[in-house]
Amino acid sequence: MSWERDRRNGNWAVRVGLASCGLAAGGQKVYDALSAQLNAHGLRNVELKRTGCMGLCYREVLVEVTSPQGKRIFYKNVTPEQVQRIVEEHLVGGKPVAELVIPNDEIDSLLSKQKRIVLRNCGIIDPESIDDYIEAGGYKAIQTVLQSRSPREVTDEITRSGLRGRGGAGFPTGLKWGFARKSPGNQKYVICNADEGDPGAFMDRSVLESDPHSVIEGMLIAGYAIGASEGYIYVRAEYPMAIHRLEIALEQARERGFIGDGILGYDFDFNIGIRQGAGAFVCGEETALIMSIEGRRGMPRFRPPFPAQSGLWGKPTNINNVETLANVPWIILNGANAFNVHGTEKSKGTKVFALAGKIARGGLIEVPMGISLKEIVFDIGGGTSSGLDFKAVQIGGPSGGVIPASLADLPVDYESINQTGAIMGSGGLIVMDESACMVDVAKFFLNFTQDESCGKCTFCRIGTLRILEVLDRISKGEGAPGDIERLQELAQAVKKASLCGLGQTAPNPVLTTLKYFRGEYEAHINERKCPAKKCQALITYEIIPAKCPGCGLCAKYCPADAISGERKKPYVIDPEKCIRCGMCMSVCRLGAISVH
Amino acid sequence: MVTKAKAREELSLSVIDAIAHKHNEQPGAVIPALQEIQEAYGYVPPVAIERIAENIGVPASEIYGIVTFYAQFRLEPVGENLLKVCHGTACHLSGAERIAEAVAQATGAKEGQTSQDGKFTIERVACLGCCSLAPCVMINNEVHGRLTPESVNKIVSEIQEAEKLAQAK
Repeated sequence: MSWERDRRNGNWAVRVGLASCGLAAGGQKVYDALSAQLNAHGLRNVELKRTGCMGLCYREVLVEVTSPQGKRIFYKNVTPEQVQRIVEEHLVGGKPVAELVIPNDEIDSLLSKQKRIVLRNCGIIDPESIDDYIEAGGYKAIQTVLQSRSPREVTDEITRSGLRGRGGAGFPTGLKWGFARKSPGNQKYVICNADEGDPGAFMDRSVLESDPHSVIEGMLIAGYAIGASEGYIYVRAEYPMAIHRLEIALEQARERGFIGDGILGYDFDFNIGIRQGAGAFVCGEETALIMSIEGRRGMPRFRPPFPAQSGLWGKPTNINNVETLANVPWIILNGANAFNVHGTEKSKGTKVFALAGKIARGGLIEVPMGISLKEIVFDIGGGTSSGLDFKAVQIGGPSGGVIPASLADLPVDYESINQTGAIMGSGGLIVMDESACMVDVAKFFLNFTQDESCGKCTFCRIGTLRILEVLDRISKGEGAPGDIERLQELAQAVKKASLCGLGQTAPNPVLTTLKYFRGEYEAHINERKCPAKKCQALITYEIIPAKCPGCGLCAKYCPADAISGERKKPYVIDPEKCIRCGMCMSVCRLGAISVH
Repeated sequence: MVTKAKAREELSLSVIDAIAHKHNEQPGAVIPALQEIQEAYGYVPPVAIERIAENIGVPASEIYGIVTFYAQFRLEPVGENLLKVCHGTACHLSGAERIAEAVAQATGAKEGQTSQDGKFTIERVACLGCCSLAPCVMINNEVHGRLTPESVNKIVSEIQEAEKLAQAK
């Protein structure tokens, strides 16, 4: 690990988390300020480093200071203005700035239940430096493989590890490689699926931005195992930073001879190109993704033949997700047994989750399979951010479902999660508190899948729209008796009569919310009430006169001009004009707006 | 990386043809060619569809089918600043609709449209993947997180002010 190198050098190391989250929080300005301050103080024994995602996104901008003795301290929510103090007091004076430091117990509770395999280098190495990756043990696995393993042995090692596809479906990776290896043909392909389209998911983006070489090395090993000489990384165009760092990494790997012809002097050629996804969720499905690389509309086709037999340009093709591939070099170096000691009987290793929503400590985490949802939400995530009761988690994005707090003891593995009606999915984990309305959540996801349906299958194209119409009606208080049964019937029909995973799983958010929160649907339909006070048509906003100082801020932001009043006197909302958007409530600093 | 949407540039056939030519031998070249066209012009001009069709040897109707299938492609020019308002799950739960409303108020452009002065184009996007900083908006490829209606209003005013200053000079 490179922080060990800092120690050997007797240097201080200062790392700034500069993945998209860190940058969005202002990380570049902090980095520049640090650079200027270090120069101003002439500190030559401090190495300032750019790094990727440290995982503690809720504390961005993060700065980690490692002393020459190896003591690591994390600074939270750092602003450029605070940089001078950190440099002067800590790096010059040797005393950490206590009030800016993340307390040790917080770091402990966050990390003690995690096991970092995929994220082994994230937040530690500079993602734009191949030397950092090599120093951390990078590209050793491909050397080992080329030197002393046959393609079959490599495939067997992955099979023994128990690694399953981390894109969501959980198909055994070794088995998939075996199919592609045995398929006849001189030209084969490896595709890395980085079309992370689930709303609420950012695992793949973070790995690509923080440790791109690990994914490239995983592709090389997969290529060797199946006998492919060409690879594509299909990455969302919405991730400019991930693309930028991948381009740098590919260029560096080419220069060092890890990619190209006769890799490291062995009889193995492998080239990798990037293809940018053009914003179609369905392209995460492997046959649609292949269509898209071939330059067509990304519409799934019937399987078989599977891509392993006939994929890109009709050639045998192996498609793996980013996280799956990032596991591969680690498994080769440490052995299948070191991997499969983690996890449950059928789900081995770890899983990366993007923890977001109403969670106190949101971020990127990696946990051993089999950990309970409760441990993730409370021990790692610190409970809800609002202080309201934890209500449910949404797992698996639009293909997944909602798991209620009452099932929080559930172990996280493929089979247990499938039993709830949700799916493991790619790792989006959205925590919801009591303020979330389950009809609204179902409507949100159906709105998404209905929009993203490619239109090939009638039941997906029209069925998702019909479901959405019923949900919309219910959320407006216009639901009718029999709507719940109608939803269930439509959902089953869409599941059964759709060709690909998008349609087959699209009804899951509806079915799981109905299964666990049927009462909320009934309240909307029978009593015309939204218990969570979320559905606009069923709520009213009012100003509490006693709390309103008459500042006029709400009136300024009201998009409907529904708020009026005189300065320094309580304002009033005109219910006729009010569109119930809640803008007034979110801008009022004094809690003077009530909703009921 | 584009830092600012390059809209309303003069359409130059030579640029379009150069992009189309560069790709004409490659299999599956249509989408990368369209992406480069959009990178250069901020949108896909109809003439580019015809030129790519001629150069790559794919019917124009098929290319139009591709352009309209993928959410990334636009057939209308964009304003000087492109604002992508995130409506992902985490943003939705944290009030993305109110952020969208505040953006519309501040810029004078409705979702999917460009403001009359040509300064701002507003797009609704499914997820920017910055969920732990929800709600967020991407402005010219830079993500702004932990927004409130007030803070997004301020960011828009700062862009407006900066442009006024630049014009004054």
